Amino acid sequence: MSEITSLTLTELVKNIKEKKLSSTEITKAFVERSQKSKELNTYITEDFSSAIEKAKKFDDKPNFDLKLPGIPIAVKDLFCTNGVRTTAGSKILNNFIPTYESTVTQNIWQQGAILLGKLNCDEFAMGSSNETSFFGNVQNPIDKNLVPGGSSGGSASALAANLTPVTIGTDTGGSIRQPASFTGTVGLKPTYGSCSRYGIVAFASSLDQAGPMSKNVKDCALLLEVMSSYDKKDSTSIDFNRSKYSLELNNNIKGKKIGIPKEYRVDDMPIEIEELWKKGIEHVKECGAELVDISLPHTNYALPTYYIVAPAEASSNLARYDGVKYGFRSHGENLIDMYEKTRSEGFGDEVKRRIMIGTYVLSSGYYDAYYLKAQKVRRLIKKDFDVVFNQVDAILTPSTPSSAFKIGEKTNDPISMYLNDIFTVPINLAGLPGISIPAGLDKNDYPLGLQIIGKAFDEQNILNIAYSIEEKINFKNKITDWWIK
Amino acid sequence: MTIDLKTIKHISRLSCISLEDEKAQKLAGDLNSIFKFIEKLNELKIEDVEPLTSIAETTLKFRTDEVKSDNIREKILKNSPSDNEDFFVVPKVVE
Amino acid sequence: MSKNNHEFLITRKNNHYEVVIGLEVHAQIKSNSKLFSSSSTKFGAEPNTQVSLVDAAFPGMLPVINEFCVKQAIKTGIGLKAKINNKSVFDRKNYFYADLPQGYQISQYKHPIVGEGKVILDMPYGQKEIGIERLHLEQDAGKSIHDIDPENTLVDLNRSGVALMEIVSKPDLSSPEEVNIYIKKLRSIMRYLGTCDGNMQEGSLRADVNVSVKKKGEEKLGTRCEIKNVNSIKFMQMAIIYEANRQADLLEEDKTIDQETRLFDTKKNETRSMRSKEDAHDYRYFPDPDLLPLEVTNDFIDSIKLEIPELPDEKKKRFIEKFKLTPYEATILVSDIETSKYFEEVTNNSDIKLATNWITGELFALLNEKNLEISESPISSRNLSKLINLIKNGTISGKIAKAVFEIMTHEDKDPEAIVEEKDLKQESNPKELEKLIDKIINDNQDKVKEYKAGKDKLFGFFVGQIMKVSGGKANPKLVNEILKDKLSR
Repeated sequence: MSEITSLTLTELVKNIKEKKLSSTEITKAFVERSQKSKELNTYITEDFSSAIEKAKKFDDKPNFDLKLPGIPIAVKDLFCTNGVRTTAGSKILNNFIPTYESTVTQNIWQQGAILLGKLNCDEFAMGSSNETSFFGNVQNPIDKNLVPGGSSGGSASALAANLTPVTIGTDTGGSIRQPASFTGTVGLKPTYGSCSRYGIVAFASSLDQAGPMSKNVKDCALLLEVMSSYDKKDSTSIDFNRSKYSLELNNNIKGKKIGIPKEYRVDDMPIEIEELWKKGIEHVKECGAELVDISLPHTNYALPTYYIVAPAEASSNLARYDGVKYGFRSHGENLIDMYEKTRSEGFGDEVKRRIMIGTYVLSSGYYDAYYLKAQKVRRLIKKDFDVVFNQVDAILTPSTPSSAFKIGEKTNDPISMYLNDIFTVPINLAGLPGISIPAGLDKNDYPLGLQIIGKAFDEQNILNIAYSIEEKINFKNKITDWWIK
Repeated sequence: MTIDLKTIKHISRLSCISLEDEKAQKLAGDLNSIFKFIEKLNELKIEDVEPLTSIAETTLKFRTDEVKSDNIREKILKNSPSDNEDFFVVPKVVE
Repeated sequence: MSKNNHEFLITRKNNHYEVVIGLEVHAQIKSNSKLFSSSSTKFGAEPNTQVSLVDAAFPGMLPVINEFCVKQAIKTGIGLKAKINNKSVFDRKNYFYADLPQGYQISQYKHPIVGEGKVILDMPYGQKEIGIERLHLEQDAGKSIHDIDPENTLVDLNRSGVALMEIVSKPDLSSPEEVNIYIKKLRSIMRYLGTCDGNMQEGSLRADVNVSVKKKGEEKLGTRCEIKNVNSIKFMQMAIIYEANRQADLLEEDKTIDQETRLFDTKKNETRSMRSKEDAHDYRYFPDPDLLPLEVTNDFIDSIKLEIPELPDEKKKRFIEKFKLTPYEATILVSDIETSKYFEEVTNNSDIKLATNWITGELFALLNEKNLEISESPISSRNLSKLINLIKNGTISGKIAKAVFEIMTHEDKDPEAIVEEKDLKQESNPKELEKLIDKIINDNQDKVKEYKAGKDKLFGFFVGQIMKVSGGKANPKLVNEILKDKLSR
């Protein structure tokens, strides 16, 4: 039997239900492998002894009706976990221990899952390479000194390195899909309002969504099924009929219309990506789906729009980090001095940059020119999708404009960093679901992903399409365990 | 549209983040390139477009007027930097 | 409606200045729980015992709106005869302060729930209409306590998140007295509706006062200053007078008035500038992305309309018609809903004129003296009716009634029982009275002679003697008649 840590979630659940493996065995296996993998720096907080205890408890009184029975899972350090430190990758929350649980993690614990630990991420989810974390950079298991993507970099890296069978991330501008693409894993951002934001450290309220990250589409569907729920404690949570995503997962996409947007063919796009996309199109045809050329005319305005809206909301969401109620506090001569020093020392450079942008675009005299304008363009971007979804059922694009880059390569140029999200950001602005699946390798054997975008609330459809072409692609990650001590 | 040091200082005051001049200069530089990038939006004619403030396709749901929360003072004060059991403690405001 | 005001002017050597006042009243909504969280709103709890994770702005916490608070705001809007907006938006007002845990206040900026309305003031010189600009919903902040710890400020977040209605008037107020009547009227309306208890000592009603002055007759408004957070009518009036004078002085010296925010120092009785940084007022309002626009249907609004009781203005009209009261009397009796209820209960069972006099006279004096609300009155409406009936049917005189009333303030006893016990019935038998009167006349022949000779004042002497001899029980009216008759023979 292959190593426990190489098994998929679905296989692990099957093994547990068939009593072939115990929760304790599984948990111990992931703990051991995680302990040997410190060089990847994927964990901010380990909860290993507690995890093993919980696993033993599960084995004593197992409940096999649960969907994630006794399965150990590590989660992004943006989800508030009761009694377990939650830092959002920031110094300002370095010592914060929540006395409450986020709804999404509550959902997975309720289905039997066990917390392994909290995974590294860009500070306050602001970044595309996991290089802005107070707790240091994360290594991509694909190769040394390679970024895993971000902001859910720790999650994607741990997942690809088999330190956790699945994980949960958050996606505001691509923070699940882009690292999934960079690490050769699957990542899904659900429709806005599908997963509750209660208990998730907020970055940009109208864009944030929690989502499942896994090694294959089947696992992704199962995890989404558990995560997604209507939550009264979140006023933006939507009460819609949620499918049994894993149950209804199938590979029959005959007759489905898949749109190919011409605006996603950007200048200087690496030839490998162009080819990957072509291959994806072929696979889709093979599955019996129909390709349709479509236009999303405002695509090129999505990134500038995002870099107004997201920082604006963030500047306000991060105002609560003032050293008064919780978190890091610096000494100040008076109240304002205390605030200024606390926030100056507690926040990293990228966070400060975005707070400044956000404050500026909302400030008197500039609101109309920037924020209001961005909100209008956002409506146009959404309209583009609404129109197109009258003709097609889903859209197929590359996930990222390049494969993973070297650590330090883009840190001096914010714009070049921001361009990583060029294919993912429009989907957040429109509130639509999107999934990234690994589709091929570039000349360096670094993974590249394809993205499938769906109509609002139509996660089942994009999962099915992803499932179909995943089979055809038959992707294999080339990971050598180089970091294991 | 250039962002100068004076503007950076103003913004940093509004957002309660102290900045030394050197860092402020760098920030001004970063912000200027970011805003050049954002200027792209000016290419669009959008006077008549309705701004999109909420992407959630639902209406604001109501809550009933029940008192649900208990006294959780201990939990509320647990993470605060001071050890006062009744209040949050902060340095005095300068009037 | 009288067109112009009783003039309140600031007089200087060569100029008279009119004062222009606008009020932003913050009224705490009467509800069990807060606007966006389920914590209790009860006044006076131990610090930080009515604070939830949402109130304290912990990471990941989100607001969920209280339907009842929305209804209360709409109800108040209806009471202000204002437009109710079917769609309104919650905006974040961003600034930093210790009692504002989120670093922003959830308020309403461009699209408030209630639009324009009006309030009618009953001034001595006639009715005056004060325009209401808008009413919106917002969160209250916590409390900063500066005087317990010498080195630090202590923060209590119990009040953080309590629902407030901000009622913004148009700058139609012209004098401290109008401000007094306006606040009282607003209070009265909200207490009638049950939407705010208007208790200024507990902080459920406070106001920011905007003051400017202009030369008498000038159209153009002067620069206004805002005096923040004044929590009593008296202080509002004092602040207005100080500020108007301050501004007039500046204008007299040809100086400019800076538009600024000021505080009223209650010890020194003057306003002073808040020493805040000039750019601290950029609130960077934007729609709160954790909430959606508030949409209320016409049906929703109509169902609230059904809950509106008869309001002060309408009740006043009805009282004047039904009870033939003077406008002055009616105003007093409707100013408080409990008073109006009490009044109607009493008049249901006894003489209206007497009821009016006794309530506005004796009863109000008693309540004022003991600092009681009418709902705490030691004398029930039932017993007061009975007392009035005893006067009306001649059982006791008005003077005796006062004594009975005094007894009733200590014990809410049936006045009929008191009169029985203390044998206070007035003597109204003409035969008995004649006996008494004859005796007095006989005993005072010399004075009778003087009276008949023209000393009219002596009539009172005779009446006094009769009252004395009868232990105060002689029916004064009959005594007067019979005595007059006898002395005229």
